[in-house]
Amino acid sequence: MNSMIELKFKPKSRIREFLGEKFIAINAFVALIAIILIFIFIFKEALPIFTDPEIQEEASLGKMTFKQEYYEGREPKWSWQPNSEVPKYSLLPLFIGTLKAAIVAMLFAIPLGVGAAIYSSEFANKRMREIIKPVIELLAGIPSVVLGFFSLMILATILQNLFNFTFRLNAINAGVALGIAVIPIVFTIAEDAMTSVPQSLRDAATALGANQWQVSFTMVLPAALPGISAGIVLGFGRAVGETMIVLMASGNAAIISGSFTDSIRTFSATIAAELGEVVFGGGHYTVLFFIGTLLFIFTFLINLGGDMILTRLKVRIQGKA
Amino acid sequence: MMFDNTIITNKPASPALDFKPKSHGYIPRGLTFAAVIIIIIMLVIILGNIVYNGAGTISWEFLSHPPENGMESGGIFPAIFGTVFLVILMVIAVVPVGVMTALYLYEYTDPSSKITRIIRVAINNLAGVPSIVFGLFGLGFFISFIGNGMDSIFFESEGPVWGQPAIIWAALTLALLTLPVVIVSTEEALRTIPRELREASYALGGTKLQTIARVIIPQAMPGILTGSILAVSRGAGEVAPIMFTGAAYYLPYLPSKLNDQFMEMGYHIFVMATQSPDVEATKPILFGTVLVLLLLTFLLNFVAIFIRSSMRRKRVNV
Repeated sequence: MNSMIELKFKPKSRIREFLGEKFIAINAFVALIAIILIFIFIFKEALPIFTDPEIQEEASLGKMTFKQEYYEGREPKWSWQPNSEVPKYSLLPLFIGTLKAAIVAMLFAIPLGVGAAIYSSEFANKRMREIIKPVIELLAGIPSVVLGFFSLMILATILQNLFNFTFRLNAINAGVALGIAVIPIVFTIAEDAMTSVPQSLRDAATALGANQWQVSFTMVLPAALPGISAGIVLGFGRAVGETMIVLMASGNAAIISGSFTDSIRTFSATIAAELGEVVFGGGHYTVLFFIGTLLFIFTFLINLGGDMILTRLKVRIQGKA
Repeated sequence: MMFDNTIITNKPASPALDFKPKSHGYIPRGLTFAAVIIIIIMLVIILGNIVYNGAGTISWEFLSHPPENGMESGGIFPAIFGTVFLVILMVIAVVPVGVMTALYLYEYTDPSSKITRIIRVAINNLAGVPSIVFGLFGLGFFISFIGNGMDSIFFESEGPVWGQPAIIWAALTLALLTLPVVIVSTEEALRTIPRELREASYALGGTKLQTIARVIIPQAMPGILTGSILAVSRGAGEVAPIMFTGAAYYLPYLPSKLNDQFMEMGYHIFVMATQSPDVEATKPILFGTVLVLLLLTFLLNFVAIFIRSSMRRKRVNV
């Protein structure tokens, strides 16, 4: 038998080893190269905003930020109407819409996600945990277009019947659906942080006279707090970047209003709804890629931050255990 | 270090006093349990509604026929076909790259080295890029840069051949989006392979590459499979990245070439739900399509979970 196995290995070939390793190494850099290319190619299409005077005439940084007097004699305002006679590219209505949806989503997802994570990690028995985990995985497995569809067709009607909204599709409806998509992220990261708190710390608290829930709330929760906040931060990143749900469930009206029962239009939904009908390389096209650049940078920073918190937490908990 | 301070030095003087014996934590227990129940109820409402409204539509005719009468009757066969074609192309692109990335990170480099850390950060970030940004990237990079570039080199006088939305560009865009899924799954599998197996292979005279090809990859197969299935499940449900890179509302033919456009289930749902002139008339088909997509993704997820848990069980036995 042994001699058979030995024969299976052909004589060593240094060249093949070398080429093989290099080939594997090249493939390993795809993710890194991809993230760099994504930034370069999206920013490249948005670049005319900073360089091309013709585009700047339509949409400059100032025009996207500050109040504009679009028609002579009328009051200046912030407005997103890229297809009107005088194209208006103010990002403020979209920013407000994005923020409103994300706020509702987080208000909905944080208590449920963190609460369920605490229950699963601290109180649940083994059988209960075997129910919770698959439920969360199922929830995470629902495609966002299905969640968008659900909130457009079903959730919006339920909420309207409950609260008598003027607009069927509004920030609350979109935010709740968005929250459903965010719950698994918050849950998974928070639960992971709590279960990685070493048993020795729990034992120490128990030895000092704490009962089960006192161990959880005086020992485990404070220790896992960075992980829980990382889950919330990453969930917020998802809420801002998520597209199909808000595209279908928010009403897509770019209006400035503080009310959560008005329709909203978010950054991501704007790109999805409008990119299909723009002139390649025109002002509108450039602005949409600029919004894409903003979304990319924002989520990049959020992910970097969340990542850093989690890495540090891991070192702290495991390195000291 | 901070950790030690908060836990140990803050409490040592009178620990017993901090823990009031009467409190049993019924309130936090009840509240967190309520969160679990609400989540379960939401899942039941979502799934129940879709199954209830969609189950009646599903039939062999529905699965095997193209749409008719402006989507108001007929089936969704082209959308199913397009979805399957799309994810097959995606898997071909993403699995080798993802597996090799995991191999490089786990088998070739020191996990604490700078380059490994940078690649890891890139992978985590790639997983967090919004899907619509992938769509923009697919349009800006694959279609206008690569596609138009290929056209101007190979097909000078003709119209766009590759520089237009096509299934291959959509598949490659999705491949980037699902790359982290494959890498993470494969790495998890690599971690379960006992060091002794590698050492045994070296002892028998195997080189690193031979060890990887004959020992590591076969051992890691369940993990690679799990990653691929999860990637398919994720890719099949994503709409934003393919909206501008190849998905079409309606096509009278099935895609047969890499530069054809295609119909896809998620996109089909989006278009029917938001742009249909008569939503009531398309409702049964709409719910049917949602149910098929949901069944497909859940089935894939279940298979992945099953493979993964049996893999974990095996690790315990080793």
